[in-house]
Amino acid sequence: MQNYLVGKYPVIHKSSLAAGVYDYTLYCPEVAARAQAGQFVHIRVDGFTLRRPISICEIGQETGVIRLVFEVRGEGTKALSRINEGDLMDLIAPLGKGFSILPASSRVIAVGGGIGTPPMLETIKHYGANGAAVIGFRSAAQVILENDFVRTGAQTIVCTEDGSRGVKGFVTDPLRQLLSAGKTDLVCACGPAAMLKAVVALTEELGVRCEVSLEERMGCGVGACLVCACKTVKDGKEYYAHVCQDGPVFPAEEVIL
Amino acid sequence: MANLSVNIAGVTFKNPLITASGAYGFGREYEHLYPLSRLGGISCKGTTLHERAGNPPPRIAETPSGMLNSVGLQNPGVDVFIEKELPYLRNKDTVIIANIAGHDPESYQKTAEKLDQTDVDMIELNISCPNVKEGGATFGVSCESAGLVTSLVRKATSKPLMVKLSPNVTDIAEIAKSVEAAGADAVSLINTLLGMRIDIKTRRPILRNNVGGLSGPAVFPIAVRMVWQVANAVKIPVVGMGGIEKWEDAVEMMMAGAQAFQVGAAMFYNPYAPVEIIDGIDRYLNENGIQDIHEIVGTVRPW
Repeated sequence: MQNYLVGKYPVIHKSSLAAGVYDYTLYCPEVAARAQAGQFVHIRVDGFTLRRPISICEIGQETGVIRLVFEVRGEGTKALSRINEGDLMDLIAPLGKGFSILPASSRVIAVGGGIGTPPMLETIKHYGANGAAVIGFRSAAQVILENDFVRTGAQTIVCTEDGSRGVKGFVTDPLRQLLSAGKTDLVCACGPAAMLKAVVALTEELGVRCEVSLEERMGCGVGACLVCACKTVKDGKEYYAHVCQDGPVFPAEEVIL
Repeated sequence: MANLSVNIAGVTFKNPLITASGAYGFGREYEHLYPLSRLGGISCKGTTLHERAGNPPPRIAETPSGMLNSVGLQNPGVDVFIEKELPYLRNKDTVIIANIAGHDPESYQKTAEKLDQTDVDMIELNISCPNVKEGGATFGVSCESAGLVTSLVRKATSKPLMVKLSPNVTDIAEIAKSVEAAGADAVSLINTLLGMRIDIKTRRPILRNNVGGLSGPAVFPIAVRMVWQVANAVKIPVVGMGGIEKWEDAVEMMMAGAQAFQVGAAMFYNPYAPVEIIDGIDRYLNENGIQDIHEIVGTVRPW
């Protein structure tokens, strides 16, 4: 039932995209071959008991690479950011359920907030010019991956809370405009809980299908230890699902945010 | 080739490694890495008479060389365990240990009665879960209640019965003696140590349950000490656990007096830990000309 790999893979590129935000490319053909948008990798950090779950930003199936973009949030991610080009990363990957993949002709909108933005890049790629991306940040200094989104062919709207770049305000305003402009088959979202709440409320109001990617403190990463619980509703019954195995992507109507 | 097999309470394990309850599910998540038949045994996720939703998240917090968890015995109940998990595990050629918990003596007894009719090889009685308010550990912290639950379950089943002890007590050897007197065939220890972490920005505990059980390498010296004390106090076999992450730890635990051992948190950072530990012990025995794993049990030479 599980199909993950455990291995050490070389870092072939490392750069910094913004203060404390790192961009890694790993050469791992077996992982790239089976990874899907919205899945994550579980990275071992020397000196720490728990691995760190990091979402997959891009998958190069032909080049055998995956790209990981993460923000230093604590001691563990700080230690991860010390890994350099040529070093190996110890991964359990790929893990979890990603976003639904619709026919490439579908109208899909990806919504990313802050460090929730990276997994939306691989997600929207598939739809080319039929896709749209709304990505929100606190201010211009935190904006990441804008050119990468533009390169997918998706209409890309950058929002900042202070208006220092792109549209001033939250992602929900441009999202509402896009949704009102025509039929949308799916909205995919990843970001802070408040953003997800607003996106889910909006898609519900407009009757648009939506999937969200959740985050929770995680243990084994493969569904055995049951620590990464998130409250969901299925068939009218509340239930603690597990982000690592049942998610991280859930249908919006199943999550209780 | 050295003999790795051990016999605990009449049950033969092909090697002394058992995956600890709660850390390994029912093995499904790891089976594609190596066959479950490599394991001496699997102590299954704790099961209760009825389904339990578990505690709200966050359920885990990292600590220096360890982790706190407060899963709260999320499980589908013993009937589902018997219907869904047991048939899956049955043909895996490894010892199946059902770990049971309850909120009152009667629920332990009823759960054990249901398992008595199945083909689980052994029952591990969890009187030491620190994450469930109305029970678990409360039975494990006094000799009287530990003995009471043990004797009730003893009457409810003829399965080999192993009692999992809490380290959150003044004298674990006394508790071990009382469950031995009440009919336990073996004891396993240690369960997790009650701990707490606080986020200094929010002044909130990291765990939504406020407190949780500490495990991982941080607890290993405590586990070794307690296993040593208990092994010197009882005649029934002792199964040691708490922070074992490599074969050297397992050998140390056995020298302290454990006849078998369990591995838990280590599998989170190293899913191959069980097979690496077994292979390491095998190498160690062969390199040192030790014919049988029993030759190292309890061989610590205290000062």
